[in-house]
Formats: sequence, structure tokens, C-alpha cells
Amino acid sequence: MAANKAVPYALGAAGLGAFLGIWQAAPSFGFISSALLPKPSDIPAAFVAEIKSGLWVDAVRLSLEHYALGLLCGAFAGVVLGILTGMSARFEWTLAWVVRVLRPIPGLAWVPFAILWFGVDQPAAIFIIAIGVFWIVFFATQGAIRAVDRDLIEVADAFGFSSGFDRLRKVMLPAALPGILVGLRTSLGQAWMSVVAAELFGVAGLGQRMTQASSLLATDIVVVYMLTIAALYGLMDTLFLAIQGRLLAYRP
Amino acid sequence: MSADAIITIRDLALAFEQNGVRNEVLRHLDLDVPRGQFLAIVGSSGVGKSTLLRVLMGLSAPSVGTVTVRTTAGTERAMALVFQDARLLPWRRVAANVSFGLEKTGLTKAERRDQALKTLASVGLREHGDRWPHQLSGGQRQRVALARALCIRPEILLMDEPFSALDAPTREALQDELIRLWQSQGITVLFVTHDIDEAVYLADRVIALGGKPGEVRSSLAVEVERPRRRGAPSLSFLADRVKADLAAEADHHDWVI
Ligand SMILES: Nc1ncnc2c1ncn2[C@@H]1O[C@H](COP(=O)(O)OP(=O)(O)O)[C@@H](O)[C@H]1O
Ligand SMILES: [Mg+2]
Repeated sequence: MAANKAVPYALGAAGLGAFLGIWQAAPSFGFISSALLPKPSDIPAAFVAEIKSGLWVDAVRLSLEHYALGLLCGAFAGVVLGILTGMSARFEWTLAWVVRVLRPIPGLAWVPFAILWFGVDQPAAIFIIAIGVFWIVFFATQGAIRAVDRDLIEVADAFGFSSGFDRLRKVMLPAALPGILVGLRTSLGQAWMSVVAAELFGVAGLGQRMTQASSLLATDIVVVYMLTIAALYGLMDTLFLAIQGRLLAYRP
Repeated sequence: MSADAIITIRDLALAFEQNGVRNEVLRHLDLDVPRGQFLAIVGSSGVGKSTLLRVLMGLSAPSVGTVTVRTTAGTERAMALVFQDARLLPWRRVAANVSFGLEKTGLTKAERRDQALKTLASVGLREHGDRWPHQLSGGQRQRVALARALCIRPEILLMDEPFSALDAPTREALQDELIRLWQSQGITVLFVTHDIDEAVYLADRVIALGGKPGEVRSSLAVEVERPRRRGAPSLSFLADRVKADLAAEADHHDWVI
């Protein structure tokens, strides 16, 4: 049994090792110029330099702010509107065409307005990130609320929790929670993509630092930030899973 | 109208309107349920048994007629309902499921839990308060559903085919336990089932609904001493009469059509 448990870890390590090996080999054997693709062995030095200059800490701090606030605003709006449209057919009908008009507009298309409304400043980045998160969480919440077992709602009614708010609080929200969490988890990754995109147009953070580095052909620095994003995402996703595990501990 | 009736129904009718089609479910329904009686309501699927319970709970409004419920203390939740499938809330532990209905009252969390654990003990699940619903067997889940209903100390217990999804030994154990609880607590029970033998075994009186829209086709007092023996000739005799009443009406209907 112990051997079986080790297999996924061993294979994971082997896969990662092979990936790094090929990556290291490609520039070393001249398949590709090391100006175009930095070697993995160059990355630690670039990382240390970036930290020493203080640029890394600043960029990560700012981006985390954008990420957290964008996620919070988008998720909050998504959950609230998802619940309202999920519970009330009238509300859903009212918003149906507004949703169809706004939904296909990519987050980046909002950049001009974000700049006009908020300036080249943090709120603009938060706005762009929140939009991406909003749609994911909105649809996940709406779907989850609609899918709540009618029989459980009848239980709420039978025990005197028949007002909309009581039904929501006692039955619908807990019943919809797994579905809402799926949306939130998807948006954890989506929000990082938006962070980079939102900072491309000048708001300080990871994205901006990556643009600067790439214009100087400092590809090693670009890779440092790519890996930074990967690490932060991995951390958040792990954290999220731990919290989710506690919230959904009742499941077999 | 008898003065000691806890439930009085007069000329009740109920119809659902769906896509402009009127679906009459119940009509001309009169019923008096004396306080403390164990009343069984039988009838085939779709005749309107669940609908009748929903009307009594105040969850559906009748199209015509009156429903009067006379509970003594004027307690807010005088009635509790047990469904066919236990319908426990999977995200609550067993004790929190049982105390669900108490959250409308002014009791503190500790008092609610205390009352829930006592009620759980009364259905033989003293040790199960901290389990999750999915960790219980079907019979245990149904016991918890029964405890959840009893926990609010209802004066009237409404049960909608509560045991029909259980295997025979579990069902029989729960039937006897229900009788014991009913006798010790002095509540009024309305027990819906499509199993006529079950109805006759449990009840003081059996009402049979039949037809479309559903009407009372048979009302029979079961004056057999308790404790009763399953399959006793006196019970089988009464069950056959209920079946005959329902069958006679069915034939009559075919002929009319
Ligand atoms: N909410 C509802 N809307 C429309 N029709 C309903 C509704 N509830 C029940 N009915 C109809 O009422 C009839 C009786 O249903 P029900 O009371 O569940 O029967 P039973 O419990 O005796 O099997 C059925 O024909 C069913 O289709
Ligand atoms: Mg039914």
C-alpha cells in the first residue's frame, strides 16, 4: 500500500524532472538561442537579483492586492446576483438580455473604460480582474441555486422557514455551496490571468514588471515572474482546497 | 362537528392550474379528527394524499372549503411533517438536523441541542447525534426524520408514507416504535400510506381516498385491542373491507365512463 501511495509522487517528480531537463538541454545544445529561452539554471540567480533590488517584493505585494480585491469584488457581486437571478424568475428575465449583451465582452476590452473611469491606477486593475471573476461566479452560483433539490426546500417550508430569506439561509445557500465553490475555484486561476493582463497597460505589479523585462529581452526575469505566478496560484489553490475540505466535510 | 376535533375539514376542494388545464385533485372532503387519534389515510398514488397534508400544513391553499386546526397552546408550530424519504439536510450533523425546527423558537443553541439529543434518545439513536446523515442506514435516517418532527413537540404529527421505502423488518420495527411514541406522548397522528395492511395495523381509523378527483370512499374504525398482532384475522378482515370499498368504487367508475 505504501508503495502505491508513493507512485503518484514519484511520477510527478519524474515528470517535472524531465520537463526541466529538456528545458535545460534545449538552449545548452544550441537548439534555441539562450536569448530567446533562458536556461532553468539561470533562473535562481535572476530571482535573487530581483529580490535584492526590492522589485520582486513590491510587484508581488501590489499584484496580490489587485488579485485579492478583484477576486473579492467579483465574487461578491457574482454570488449576490447569482442568488437573485437563481431564486427569482422575474429578476432573471429582467437581466437576461443585459447578461447576453455584456457576457461576451472580454475583460481586456474594458481597459479603455477602466482607464477613463479609474485612471492608470489600482482600481482600474481591480475592475478588470473583478469582471472576469464575476461571470464565472455568477453563472456557477445561479446554476447551483437553481439546482437545489425542491424536496429540501419543502423541508424548510414545513418547519416554518418559508420566507425567501429563511429558505436561502437555512437550505438553499448550504445546498448550493458546493457549486458556488467550484466557480470560486475556477476564478482563482482566471483572476491571475486577469492580473497580468490588467497590469500590462501600466498599473504597477507583476504584469508591468514582466513587460519591462521583456522589452529589455531579460527573459530570465520574465520566467522568474511566470514561476512566481505559478507558485502563488499553487499556494492559493492548495489553501482553497483545504478550506473547501472543511466546509464540505459532511460529504462522504 | 364534534367538539373535541383537533382538525376539522369542511367541503374542501383543491385544483391545480397548469398551462391552462385544470387538474382537480380533491373535492367534497369532510373530515373530523378527534384529538389524540391515530388516523390513517390510504389511497392509490396520485389521489391527493400528499396534497391533503400540504393543505393541513398551510403550505397549499384549498380552492374552496375550510380547514380548522384547534391546537391547545396556540404554539407556533403545532404540526410537524415526516416525508417518505428522510430528507435530512446533508450538511448538518444528526443533532443539528433534529433541532432544525427549534431554530424558529427562542431557545438557545445549547437548549436546542439538549432537546434534540433527548428526542434522538427517544427514537433509539442516543449515540448518533454527532454523525453525518450519510453515515446512517435508511432506517436510522427515517428515525432521525421522525425525531426532527417530534423535537418541536407537535400536537399533530403528519406522516407521508414514512416507511414505504424501508425493508420489511425495519419498517415493522419503526411501526411499533411509532405506536409507542404516539401512546406515550398523546399526540394526534395523520399517517398517509398506500399500504392498507399497514394502515389497519397502526390506526384507530382508516380513511380511504379514491377516484379522480379524490374523495373519501371509505371510513372505518379499527376497534382492535392494542398491542395488536400483525396479520391477526380481525385486522385482515378490516383490510379486506377497505380494499373492497376502493375496488367497488373503481368498478363503478369504469362503468360510468
Ligand atoms: N404543485 C403541484 N402542481 C400541480 N399539480 C400537482 C402539484 N402537486 C401535486 N399535483 C398533482 O396532484 C395530484 C395528487 O398528487 P399527490 O397529492 O402527490 O398524490 P399522492 O400523494 O396521493 O400520491 C397529482 O395528479 C399531481 O400531479
Ligand atoms: Mg404522495
